[in-house]
Amino acid sequence: MSRIGVFVCHCGENISRTVDVEQVAKAAGEIPGVAFSCDYKYMCSDPGQTLLKKAVAEHKLDGVLVAACSPRMHEKTFRKAAEAAGLNPYLCEMANIREHCSWVHEDRDMATAKAKDIVKLMVERVRKGKSLAPITVPVTKRALVIGGGIAGIQAALDIADAGHRVVLVEREPSIGGHMAQLSETFPTLDCSQCIMTPKMVDVANHPNITLFTYSEIEKVDGYIGNFQVTVKHKARSVDESKCTGCGICMTKCPKKKIPNEFDQGHGMRPAIYVPFPQAVPNTPVIDRENCTMFQSGKCGVCAKVCGPGAVDYEQQDTFTVEDVGAIVVATGFKLYTIDRKPEGSPIQGYGEFGYGTIPDIIDGMTFERLASASGPTGGKILRPSDGKEPKQVVFIQCVGSRAREKGISYCSKVCCMYTAKHTMLYHHKVHDGQAYVFFMDARTPGKGYDEFWRRAVEEEEAVYIRGMVSRMYQRGDKIVVMGSDIQVGVQVEIEADLVVLATAVQPQDGADLLAQKLGISYDKYNFYSEAHAKLKPVECATAGIYLAGACQGPKDIPDTVSQASAAAAKVMTLFAKDKLERDPVVAKVNEKYCVGCFACKKVCAYGAIEEKEIRDRQGNLVKKVAYVNPGVCGGCGTCQATCPSKSIELDGYTDEQIMAMIEAL
Amino acid sequence: MHVEVTKHDFEPKIVAFVCTWCTYAGADLAGTSRMQYPPNVRVLKFPCTGRIDPVFILRAFQKGADGVLVSGCHPGDCHYMAGNFHARRRFAAFRALLDFVGVDLNRLQFSWVSAAEGGKWVDVVTELTERVRTMGPMPEFKELEHEEQWSGAINTPELKEAYDSIG
Repeated sequence: MSRIGVFVCHCGENISRTVDVEQVAKAAGEIPGVAFSCDYKYMCSDPGQTLLKKAVAEHKLDGVLVAACSPRMHEKTFRKAAEAAGLNPYLCEMANIREHCSWVHEDRDMATAKAKDIVKLMVERVRKGKSLAPITVPVTKRALVIGGGIAGIQAALDIADAGHRVVLVEREPSIGGHMAQLSETFPTLDCSQCIMTPKMVDVANHPNITLFTYSEIEKVDGYIGNFQVTVKHKARSVDESKCTGCGICMTKCPKKKIPNEFDQGHGMRPAIYVPFPQAVPNTPVIDRENCTMFQSGKCGVCAKVCGPGAVDYEQQDTFTVEDVGAIVVATGFKLYTIDRKPEGSPIQGYGEFGYGTIPDIIDGMTFERLASASGPTGGKILRPSDGKEPKQVVFIQCVGSRAREKGISYCSKVCCMYTAKHTMLYHHKVHDGQAYVFFMDARTPGKGYDEFWRRAVEEEEAVYIRGMVSRMYQRGDKIVVMGSDIQVGVQVEIEADLVVLATAVQPQDGADLLAQKLGISYDKYNFYSEAHAKLKPVECATAGIYLAGACQGPKDIPDTVSQASAAAAKVMTLFAKDKLERDPVVAKVNEKYCVGCFACKKVCAYGAIEEKEIRDRQGNLVKKVAYVNPGVCGGCGTCQATCPSKSIELDGYTDEQIMAMIEAL
Repeated sequence: MHVEVTKHDFEPKIVAFVCTWCTYAGADLAGTSRMQYPPNVRVLKFPCTGRIDPVFILRAFQKGADGVLVSGCHPGDCHYMAGNFHARRRFAAFRALLDFVGVDLNRLQFSWVSAAEGGKWVDVVTELTERVRTMGPMPEFKELEHEEQWSGAINTPELKEAYDSIG
């Protein structure tokens, strides 16, 4: 006969408001095999945990059920408490009567009845539970950082400075990301490149960092402490070990009129290029789609002028497998485009703004390049269509963001501040110009942010108009901006020379595909999901994978750097131990009944199932059976549901436990 | 916000078999977002939909469930890489079998609900509950109640006997 203790939590009023916790505790006490039951205001608090520990000792409990919040919240807390009381932690379970009951039901009687049922089911689970010993696995003290923007750079530098090896993988030919594209940064108006490029150089020179640019993640195997990551190194057509970065190939390349992605298509670059002069590494790549040699087979100028003979037209993509113990994902963001609605996407374009066909309607990042001293105009604000200096510039906030009807309901967080910065930069460069800003709300939380915004309005003469723009069209060489000023209650029409849209921050292209390779979850916009919104903001639900920067949600630079350092700290915490304890939820084979059909082996995604020979004392082969390597097993249990002879069992989710729970329905 | 609760004559029993990574977390999100749905559903957590044996569904119907929901990660999003694909294939075959036996397939729902889809969880549960409510109780399998049942234990003498008889 079991001696189970049931502890029902009020969670302040979160549970007790709709669930009669006393009744639930009383009903639990009447379940056969339950030796003790009680309710308490905050089970997770110190006195709550002490209560649990005392009850285990006093009533000689052999299993514990805490009816409270989701196990995703506090299972670890209570298992630790149970362990401290001398119980095996896996004999402690949680019944979720908060997220799955009190928070989602209004009717007190029905919610109480449901809570009782949930407790009844879970008591059966505890009753049939088994003591499990944690599995220890070695930790590979080497980290992978995906993405070489400011987030990835900061995380890589922090981990490397702590003495651990880091592999940094960047998709583009150079690290630097979006921060390298910015002109100046709010709220201090620091030159972005001046604070960014030294960090890029630090990465390149750090003895603990291996940098792979122009590379992508192909495949991720393994688990926390022991990932095997296949990295695809895209063919650069330039041998990195030979190239000295002299740049003569770029000056001699006959094809020079290719729009430069780094300048948002407003500057020109040759077919063999580095994205920007301060690129790290300074090794060029050949853009094969635009290279005459690759398109027609005739040219080869770059190979002829290259002294060290680094240009290699025959180069192929290569693959390496990197063993790492932890992964930091820092893939960043892209900006929403106002083009026509992309196929199969919930995102709508902006027909009322001409779907991006008017050349003098640009986005914020393009304005950054125009304002940047290293940009296509050398830092002069000149409009793209005719190169004239615009005298009236209209900035429009929340384009795409906070627009449910356009498919995005979140706030992109950085636009209010960068638009204020843009008006200042414009005012500094075009003294007789006038900036107008259409805005919904000015959101300026952050140190020194509101002061900065006020400066834009009060000292730098930006005219802020509360309201949205309904339509824009070209009239002569002007853009007519039609909007409303909702504070005055009038329609506004402005003839602008240039319009700058603060378009929404979105996750990078392919964010969902990378998430699928990593086995991490993402939301409907493809932003990666953290394990807990407040208490685990850098961890993924998948152990050993951490998030940094805008891939998790729109973020400014200080927040991104903070999160990157936090992710690095999490990696260092993991690397502080030589061995790692992992959840012992793994499959085991009953060799007596296994008939060696290996149906399990076919469905195992981890390759954890091996064939094991059973021999008699004379060494004759009796039969072959399945064997599960506990270090490799992921614990999904697909093998158990597949096994026709019921001879494989997943610890923690045995048929016996589940059948007993169904029995208690 | 107060939601008016209507009392019905028949409260169906809905059992949901869900995976811990996507749908369980999605149901948690519905809770943290304070969404409301009918309290008829009882959730059983599994590591993965791949762990769900069709026998569990039969047993749930037999033990009083009027409707069963199986829900996991979207195809391609499985935490265990491919468990939900195996589950999908298994349940496609199993549905055909249930149909053959004469079970109204409206009582059995399969869905993908991700950790971010609290709203979808609410919709799926509400829809299934209301559909089963109009269908009424499911008596078919409950008559089998008194037959001797396998407990799920794999080391029982009965099972050993069965195996030994195969030789």
